[in-house]
Amino acid sequence: MSNKPVNHARAAEHFLEDAPHLQFHDERLWDMRQKRDGQMHMLPEWQDLREEASRIKEHTLSRLPEYLEQFEENAKKNGIHVHWARDGAEHNRIVGEILKAHNARNLIKSKSMVTEECDMRPYLEKQGVTVTETDLGERIQQLDDQLPSHIVVPAVHKLTSDVAKIFAKDYHTDPNIRDPHLLAEAQRQAARPVILHADAGMTGGNFVVAETGTFVVCTNEGNADLSATVPNLHIATIGIERLVPRMADLGVFIRLLSRSALGSPITQYTTHFRGPQKGGEMHVVLVDNGRSARLGMEDFWTSLKCIRCGACMNTCPVYRRSGGLSYGAVYSGPIGAIIDPTFNERKYSTLPYASTLNGSCTNVCPVKINIHEQLYKWRRVLVQHHEMPFVKREIMHMAGKLMGQPKMYRAAIKMTEVSLGSMPRFVLYNWLNPWGKHRENPHPVKQTFNDWYRKNREKAKPAAASETKK
Amino acid sequence: MKIGLFIPCYIDAFYPEAGIATLELLEKLGQDVEYPLDQTCCGQPMGNSGCNSDAAAAEALFVRNFAKYDKIVMPSGSCTHHVRDNFDAIPQTDEVRHVRENTYELVEFLHDILKVDAFPWAEFNHTVGLHNSCGTLRALRTASMSELGEKPFSKPMDLLSKVKGIRFVTPKRPDECCGFGGTFSVTEEAVSAKMGVDKVRDHYQAGADYIVSADSSCVMHQQGCAERAGVPIRFIHIAQILNGAAE
Repeated sequence: MSNKPVNHARAAEHFLEDAPHLQFHDERLWDMRQKRDGQMHMLPEWQDLREEASRIKEHTLSRLPEYLEQFEENAKKNGIHVHWARDGAEHNRIVGEILKAHNARNLIKSKSMVTEECDMRPYLEKQGVTVTETDLGERIQQLDDQLPSHIVVPAVHKLTSDVAKIFAKDYHTDPNIRDPHLLAEAQRQAARPVILHADAGMTGGNFVVAETGTFVVCTNEGNADLSATVPNLHIATIGIERLVPRMADLGVFIRLLSRSALGSPITQYTTHFRGPQKGGEMHVVLVDNGRSARLGMEDFWTSLKCIRCGACMNTCPVYRRSGGLSYGAVYSGPIGAIIDPTFNERKYSTLPYASTLNGSCTNVCPVKINIHEQLYKWRRVLVQHHEMPFVKREIMHMAGKLMGQPKMYRAAIKMTEVSLGSMPRFVLYNWLNPWGKHRENPHPVKQTFNDWYRKNREKAKPAAASETKK
Repeated sequence: MKIGLFIPCYIDAFYPEAGIATLELLEKLGQDVEYPLDQTCCGQPMGNSGCNSDAAAAEALFVRNFAKYDKIVMPSGSCTHHVRDNFDAIPQTDEVRHVRENTYELVEFLHDILKVDAFPWAEFNHTVGLHNSCGTLRALRTASMSELGEKPFSKPMDLLSKVKGIRFVTPKRPDECCGFGGTFSVTEEAVSAKMGVDKVRDHYQAGADYIVSADSSCVMHQQGCAERAGVPIRFIHIAQILNGAAE
C-alpha cells in the first residue's frame, strides 16, 4: 500500500467539475439529512436516546474484553463458531480456511465495511473463490472496481446513467435505461441465480449482544437474509466494537440507526441471528484490525462508538461537495477522517484537514462522537508527528512568530498603504495564493482599524493611555 | 466595568468599519472601552492548523494586552471560540484563565451581559439574511441549530429585530457552513469556494439584499465568492446595523 498522502483537495476539485453529478450528490444526501431531521422531530426523546446510546457504548468499550468473552461463551452455546482476527490478513486467512474446509467456491455476501477494511475480495479471488456482492449499491461498486463512496449508500456518487453503462457491460442490458426500477430488476435477475447456487454466504453485523451470544443485521434490500440463509454456511465478519451488553440495550440503537442514516423509522429487515440453521454452520469472525490500539488513544477512543449510520457524511458540506472517493480510504467523510489516520497516519494525514470544523457532524451523530473536536485534535497530533507539508508548517511558524511581535506585525501591514499588496510577501504568495482562483480578494481599505483608532481616539486622550509592555 | 476591545486581524485590515461600529456601539451603550494598540491575533489560525505551539506567542501577547480588563469583547465568533475553548498553547495561569473566562463575542455580550433592549438610533430599511458562523452557532451557541431539533432561539435575531425597518428572509439551508474554515479556504479552495457560492446564492434566492453576520471572516470569503460569481448581494457586520448604519 502506498504511503503517499491522499490528495483530497485535488480529487474534490475534480469532483466539482462535473455539475450534474455534484448537484445530485449534494441534494440526495441533503435530502437524507432533512428526512433524518423529520424523524428526530417526531421523537421528543431524541436527545435522551443519543445520550443513552453514547452511555451504553462508552460503558461497553470500557469493559470490552469481558463483554467479548461473554459473547463468545454464549455464542458457542448457541452453536456458533467464534474466531478472533487480530488484523485484516488474519481475518482473510480465517475466512479462506472456512471456505476451503467446505470446498466453497461461490461466496455471496451482503455489505460489510470490515471486509473492505480487510481487502478480503482480492484475497479470496486469488484462492479461486468467486465473491458476489448482493447489496445493489455495493454490487455496482464491485462491478466498477471502486471502493464504496458512502458507508450506507455505496454508489450514491453515481447517476442512473452510470449504472446503466456498468450493467450493460456486465449484464448485457440496454445502456440507455434510465429507470431505476428497471436497473434494480436487472440486478435482481442477475443476482438470483448466483444466490441460489452459492456455497457460502457472508454478512456483517450491526450489533452483537453479549448476554445472548447473538447478532443483528439491519438491511433494506433483504439481501443479507438471502446471503445468510440460502447457503448452509454463514460467515459473519464483525468488528469487536459492535457489542452491546444486553438485548434490552438494542432497542435504543435500532431506534436511532435508520432514522439517523436514511431518515426512515426502521430498516426493512432487522434480523436476529441466534445460531446456525438446521443442517447448517454459522461462524462469527471478530475483527480487531487496529481497534484495540484505538481504544487506548485518549483523544480518539470514542470514535469506536460509531454505529456506521453515515449521518455525519450526509450532513457534511465538504463531503457532499467532494464525494466519498476523494477521501481515498475505506471510510470517508467526517468519521473516516478521524479513524483512517489510525490505519495509516501518513497516507491519511490530509483527511483531518478536509473539514471546516463546522461541527454539524458531531451534532447529528446518534452516539455523540465529538467528531469535529477529534478532527481538531488529529491536526495537533499530525503536526507533532511531522505529517504536515513543510511549506505550510513553515508558514504557520512564521505567522505565529509575527503575531507575537506587534511592532513587526504593524510594520508588515504598513509596508505600503493598506492593501493586499501590503501583506507580508510570504503570506501573499504562499498562503493566500489559491484564494483568488474562484474568489475575489478582499478590498483594500484606506486605513486599518488600528490607524483609525490612533488618529481618532488616541490623540484625544492623555498620553498615558497608550502604555504597552515591551 | 472596564472593557478591552479586541479587533481581529482581518477586521483590522479589511473591515475597519466593523471595528469602528463595535467601538461606537459599546460607547453609545455607556461602556468604558479601551483598545490596546499592540494587539495582533488571538492565535486561532495556528491553533486550527494543528500548529498549536506556534500559537503561543500570539496567545501570550493577547493575555499581556487584555489581562487588566474586566471583560474582553470582540466582534468575532470564531476568535471568541478560540480564546474560550482552545487557548492552551501557553501555561494556564490565573491571568490566562481570567482572560478566557471573560472573553465575549459582541452579540452575546450585548444580549447576555448588557441585556440591551433597544437600539433607538438604528434603522435599516433592507431585507437581510442572517449568517450565523459555525463558531457562534455550534460553539458559542448564540442560536439554536437544526441538528438538535431544539426550541428555536437566536440572540443575533433578538438584537436585530429591535432595529427599525429591517426585514428578514431565511435561506433554505440556514445552518450550513459557508466554507471559510480558516486555512481550509486556501488548502481546499475549490470546495471552500463552492460552499461559499452556494451559501450566497441561497440567501440571494431567498430575497436578501444583505447578508448580515457577526463574523467578518465568513463575510470576507462569501463576498469574494459573490463578486466572482456575480451574485448581487451586499454584506454587513451586525455591529454596523446595531450602531445605526443605513447601508
